[in-house]
Amino acid sequence: MSSTAVDAVDAATPQVERPRRRPPRHHRAGAAAWTMLAPNLLLLALFLFGPLLWAFAMSFQAKRSFGPGEWSGLDNFTRLLSDDVFWRALLNTAIFTVATVPVGVVLGLGLALLMNEAMPARGFFRTVVYLPIVLSTLVVSLVGLLLFDESIGIINGILEDVGLGDVAWQSDGRLAMTSVVLMTLWTRIGFSMLVYIAALQDVDPETIEAARVDGAGSFAVVRHVVVPALRPSTFFLVVVNMIWSFQVFDIVYVMTNGGPGYSTTMLVTYAYDEGFGPARNFGYGAAIGVVLFLITVVITLVQVRRGRAEVA
Amino acid sequence: MSTPVRVAICTAVSAVFLFPLVAMVIIAFTPRASLLDGGASLWSGDFTLENFRGLFDAFPVRRWFTNAVIVAGLTTVLSVVVNVLAGFALAKLRFRGNGVVLLLILSTLMVPTQAIMIPQFELVARLGLVGFFWAVILPSASTALGVFLARQFFVSFPDELMDAARVDGCGTFGAFLRVVLPNARPLLAVMTLLAFMTQWNDFLWPLITLRDPDLYTLPVSLRLLQTAYDTDYGGIMAMALLSCLPLVVLFVVLQRFFVAGLSRSGIR
Repeated sequence: MSSTAVDAVDAATPQVERPRRRPPRHHRAGAAAWTMLAPNLLLLALFLFGPLLWAFAMSFQAKRSFGPGEWSGLDNFTRLLSDDVFWRALLNTAIFTVATVPVGVVLGLGLALLMNEAMPARGFFRTVVYLPIVLSTLVVSLVGLLLFDESIGIINGILEDVGLGDVAWQSDGRLAMTSVVLMTLWTRIGFSMLVYIAALQDVDPETIEAARVDGAGSFAVVRHVVVPALRPSTFFLVVVNMIWSFQVFDIVYVMTNGGPGYSTTMLVTYAYDEGFGPARNFGYGAAIGVVLFLITVVITLVQVRRGRAEVA
Repeated sequence: MSTPVRVAICTAVSAVFLFPLVAMVIIAFTPRASLLDGGASLWSGDFTLENFRGLFDAFPVRRWFTNAVIVAGLTTVLSVVVNVLAGFALAKLRFRGNGVVLLLILSTLMVPTQAIMIPQFELVARLGLVGFFWAVILPSASTALGVFLARQFFVSFPDELMDAARVDGCGTFGAFLRVVLPNARPLLAVMTLLAFMTQWNDFLWPLITLRDPDLYTLPVSLRLLQTAYDTDYGGIMAMALLSCLPLVVLFVVLQRFFVAGLSRSGIR
């Protein structure tokens, strides 16, 4: 139908009668809102909240196959308490979080400050740091393997060429953790930098100028003017990065699969192994997932509360 | 800090950030033989297309590529529609429970996806979706980031424009379709790019639910290949390069949209 035809139909419709057929506006807004939300909420309820509740239920069951399980009360959770691998995974996840979040956010801030001012090739530099964001974690992990492979990897090849010898990236637990942390940082720093650069555009230049006039050096300006002004972004980045770190899976799963031994086993990789691995322990895997979810919720709530108090 | 010093630091940082990518590209074009003796080296000097040829000979790479485009494309369309609608309702319509719904949607960020994959799989199996693209598309359409981006965009959308449409006799939907959407093109561009990227890069869930290698998407088959090729890094890197090239090109060409979208997610 051409647009003139639409206009003609519109003109032919009696304008006066339209409003009368509609209920009063405040009812309508609610109905319209729920109609617009419905597709989204339906998908979420079906594919996310449903399975989440199901996982909660499964964590109280002894369940080793698809179909109904047997209720087993708190068995899975009491087993967790005495499971050394679980505590190891919890500790590893904490170490990973501490190693990735502050470093990623601070380096992002540093690079944002560095690349915020005019200089040659600024666009190129920014693109290079952003680029890993679009790579899948699978590609990142495979490149990580290529770099850190102990026997034929690139990094050991280079170290050998300059006479430094092999480094045990895969057989030493701490070094394996280091390699996973480094690859994670590679994909995360760009996002922090991007958010900070956007936020820097809103920092009032006059406040900075005033501080300069008062005799503050560049470092003092950053510390006392810029960093406080960026607090909402910092808060956002810390919360999001923490959630990502708690849930780390892909990179560990592909690069180390939790090894050597259990030295890079994380909560999610352990939950996944228990469920999908040879043990096929669905209930126990679900219990680990539930614990992780609860920890994430509690820590995020604490962060949000603290963040609100600070910003207000 | 003077400009030359900053350029020097940025050059060093860029070198570090580029290094893994350069390694991927070089190894993808290095013959298998020179990888195996003496380990992978970045300056072996040999160049070959055999890694790519080997892939195309042994695997249905074109098919995987087509699958990836279909799955990511359909997910993107569905995702943009449901997230834009929800974001608009949350930003502009007054109704009871607005705050709760927003919180509920944002809280999905905290759910560790891999830990609920078993019940998710049981559900998808009961719905009879295993082995169909829908098993991948439907669960990933609604995203917290998408809703949040849309909401942030519409919060700053001028009320006057919508009121003007209402005065002209439009209902909420009419105003949304005729006035709001045409003015939301930057948002739509950003959401399209992000949704496409997210779905394109997903590998674990599609690997579990698609089952049939003929249905695999390019990134999923990369995982399959990794298990099959073990330490044949030439072949693996060739496939990795193929699977990320479309997104890297998209990113470099449309960078300002990506950047605008991602940075908006960080401003409150």
